[in-house]
Amino acid sequence: MKKLKNLSPSTRDNVICYGLAAVFFIVVQAMIAGGLINNSLKGQLVPICAYIIMAVSLNLTVGVLGELSLGHAGFMSVGAFAGIVVTSSLADVIPSAPLRLAIAMLVAAVCAAVAGVIVGVPVLRLKGDYLAIVTLAFGEIIKNIVNVLYIGRDASGLHFSLLEQGFELGEGGKMIINGPMGVSGIQKISTFTSGIVLVVITLFLVLNLINSRAGRAIMAVRDNKIAAESIGISTTRYKLLAFVVSAALAGMAGTLYAMNYSTVVASKFDFNTSILVLVFVVLGGLGNIWGSMIGAAVLTVLPELLRPVRDYRMLLYAILLIAMMLFNNSGIKQRMLDKRGMKQMEKLEKSEKGGA
Amino acid sequence: MAMLEVTELGISFGGLRAVDELSMKIEEGGLVGLIGPNGAGKTTVFNMLTGVYRPTDGGIRLDGENLIGKKPHEICQMGVARTFQNIRLFPKLTVLDNVKAGLHNKITYTLAESLFHLGSYRKKETQMNEKALDILKVFDLDGMADYKAANLPYGKQRKLEIARALATEPKLLLLDEPAAGMNPNETAELMETIQLVRSKFGVTILLIEHDMKLVSGICEYLYVLNFGRELAEGTPAEVLSNPEVVTAYLGE
Repeated sequence: MKKLKNLSPSTRDNVICYGLAAVFFIVVQAMIAGGLINNSLKGQLVPICAYIIMAVSLNLTVGVLGELSLGHAGFMSVGAFAGIVVTSSLADVIPSAPLRLAIAMLVAAVCAAVAGVIVGVPVLRLKGDYLAIVTLAFGEIIKNIVNVLYIGRDASGLHFSLLEQGFELGEGGKMIINGPMGVSGIQKISTFTSGIVLVVITLFLVLNLINSRAGRAIMAVRDNKIAAESIGISTTRYKLLAFVVSAALAGMAGTLYAMNYSTVVASKFDFNTSILVLVFVVLGGLGNIWGSMIGAAVLTVLPELLRPVRDYRMLLYAILLIAMMLFNNSGIKQRMLDKRGMKQMEKLEKSEKGGA
Repeated sequence: MAMLEVTELGISFGGLRAVDELSMKIEEGGLVGLIGPNGAGKTTVFNMLTGVYRPTDGGIRLDGENLIGKKPHEICQMGVARTFQNIRLFPKLTVLDNVKAGLHNKITYTLAESLFHLGSYRKKETQMNEKALDILKVFDLDGMADYKAANLPYGKQRKLEIARALATEPKLLLLDEPAAGMNPNETAELMETIQLVRSKFGVTILLIEHDMKLVSGICEYLYVLNFGRELAEGTPAEVLSNPEVVTAYLGE
């Protein structure tokens, strides 16, 4: 513990983040080997990984860039359906499931990034509440577009349409996305291991970004936009960068999530999901990456763990959320932070006296 | 040719004429003061020089290059850096990172290198750290490099803001009331720092200040602004004995 304290704050965060991912993986593997894990919890493993990635990537927008986004599930949706189209198209070409999943995630990341640019360019001109409301609207727009999206494949290739009428496939054709009915019969190729690998990749990218020239620029924009401009940082550029990276990662999480279920519909990725992920981020602490990981993992498992107390389940969940919110705003946490700040001040005064 | 040439600069906010027909010439290496009573439009002039506001009339040229219509970050890249009247640091970043943010366009590497920490990442970051510490040393802040900027005492925050501006390697440094809120001892120390900055970094300085001791102590030339118009200009001795200037400051 003492060694951990001696590290620089950024290195310490990195160690905690990768450590958490490793511990999570080992504990779950041990529990599976020991038969300590029930089926419903087992089914939660991939969603937990997907939500961790969602929370970490949303933290990049909300905590590191400092702009409230309420449409993060929209990018997850884009990634989920892009991933489904890719995996089902490549089913015959690439027999290896992990390779197929990896390719699907890459395509999903690109699609979600493109969606991120399309949404980000107009949205990031706004500030504060206005920005939040417009991201919410864009999240709903994405959901509604996917809801009327028909994609099928036949001998002549992929076919797209936003209308059910007149959408016909050639002989031997197969529907992939069937409008509001969504997708059914998905081959479940997401595994817990692939989830953890993606979590580590996400951490690698996000933590690297934070500890770099670009990350410093993003945080400078968050802390003081006018000052950031005054030292030559293009605020538009770095806001968009953070937003697009965040969207791309959410897209990958979408593929991971979708490939864990046999049926996926567009309405799964609605406003509620965006808010749920935002709750993980806020409770984990804005800008605190490992906080987001714990927040996502605990709050995804909690409703399952509380199943024995049936009727009081959601009540307890709500009480816990309120308690954490109170703690986050409370004097206890403030006092803890003040103490740390005071120590630095004291040290400073001492060193000045010593120097003078 | 003067380094900074401001010709008949003016700006209106609705019906309010905040600055009108202001002309200034600052030679390379100069240390010039811009003074005037509260509300005279001094900070507005800084905001026009740095692209925060777009002037309604007139021209601004830095070494012959037009600055009007350029964005703030572009003007910074052309060689103008500034500090703010109400300190604007990056409070959640460390002291070192504040200065490293100032080096943003001076030591660069690509986005891919940022995301994967490959290529010249390590080399460039080390360079940045060394350079930033060198600058902090000038301000005697190198011992506090790891502290959050928000935890520094007021006087040191002012110094850090100057350090960050210098990291952008400006030709022209604009200081907006650097001595605001400082006691006489701190002000005296600041005067030394400003002189040191000029000789060590070779920058031209234009500063806004109310502290007449500081202004008459270090500035070589003064412009006096009143109600957005130039009231007087000249050496500190000339300007401060000008009866119109005295009236503007003290009243009839």
